[in-house]
Amino acid sequence: MPINVISAGIATTIQDLGRPGYYHLGIPMGGAMDRLALRTANLLVGNEEDAAGLESVFVGPELEFTEDATVAVCGAELPPKVDGEARETWTAIPIKAGQVLSFEFLKAGARAYIAISGGINTPPMLGSRSTYAIGALGGVDGRAVQPGDTLPLGKMSKPASEGLTVPEKLRRLPSNPAELRVLPGLYWHRITENAQKNFFDDTWKVANEADRMGYRFQGGRKLDFVEREQPYSAGADPSNITDACYPYGSVQVPSGTEPIILHRDAVSGGGYFMLGTVISADMDLIGQLQPHTPTRFVKVDMETALAARHDRAAAMNAIREAIS
Amino acid sequence: MAKHEVKSPIPGTFYRKPAPDQPPFKEVGDTVAKGDTVAIVEVMKSFHEIKSDGDGNITAFPIDDAEPVMAGQTIVELD
Repeated sequence: MPINVISAGIATTIQDLGRPGYYHLGIPMGGAMDRLALRTANLLVGNEEDAAGLESVFVGPELEFTEDATVAVCGAELPPKVDGEARETWTAIPIKAGQVLSFEFLKAGARAYIAISGGINTPPMLGSRSTYAIGALGGVDGRAVQPGDTLPLGKMSKPASEGLTVPEKLRRLPSNPAELRVLPGLYWHRITENAQKNFFDDTWKVANEADRMGYRFQGGRKLDFVEREQPYSAGADPSNITDACYPYGSVQVPSGTEPIILHRDAVSGGGYFMLGTVISADMDLIGQLQPHTPTRFVKVDMETALAARHDRAAAMNAIREAIS
Repeated sequence: MAKHEVKSPIPGTFYRKPAPDQPPFKEVGDTVAKGDTVAIVEVMKSFHEIKSDGDGNITAFPIDDAEPVMAGQTIVELD
């Protein structure tokens, strides 16, 4: 028995933990931008952590349930309502057949993850239900959720414990200003020492051009490049390089003006220099940044990056223990 | 008549005009009805029309054109 989509907000997509393994063919991993939030929402409703749920950006959908279910909303502070009555985020919420799940205005963060007991059971493509709209893969016929869609549910793997909630200290949203840790590398040598310093000294702001493919930032000083004769096949702009692979989290700065962090739906390669990458531990945070959020980039080394990755794994384990 | 506040459901950049070379959707003193477009908000490379969810006369626009807006922020005040 499916869920009927009454309204879909501005961008609600089906996401699981993605389809790794095809990036070399140009197909990105995709999946939830805030992976911890999706994993946690799934755990709260008794699903496997990699079950497919909904990722709603800024605005929640309205969903009519045709069977009893448990839902959980994690990530952004997008307060849920059941038949108009307020419910908590980061908490298992019982819903009866015929009831409608809807949402208040966004209070904090940018993306809410809605897990439903049984998980959304649309057909997997290349091993994932994640929506990659540019490639028309996954989701509902390769696209975002629309009003009038019916979303099939899978079988519940175990009964959910209603009212189960994640302790507040284990929930994570960006600070203000947001801080994103960056490991310099790749084409770091292409910018001047002064530009290297300014990049980390300046406070940037999230631009309106921020989505699953990349997050753009504005407001810092223009980066100056070390002079050189452009190599074969590189474009004329000093920010151009001979085409190269683009890692997830890599920070490109076309013409040295507006940094773009590539995210889960990244393009796999191109001709812009990258000054480094946001560390894996902070990738989830990017998905929770609203436009205009002041943001600082913090320079770290590999040792710090690996320790931070270890800390994030421990934080996820703490959530597993707290709600198991 | 009671005061009513139209709020933006989304964060982004607030615009009072449909395009830079066109007049604003509404001015202070204009009457609006539920469903009338009062502004647009730009976010994620697209523009979203914001419609009034109440009827009344516009008394103020608390945010200037082309300024940042947060979700839930009042963009039009009605009387």
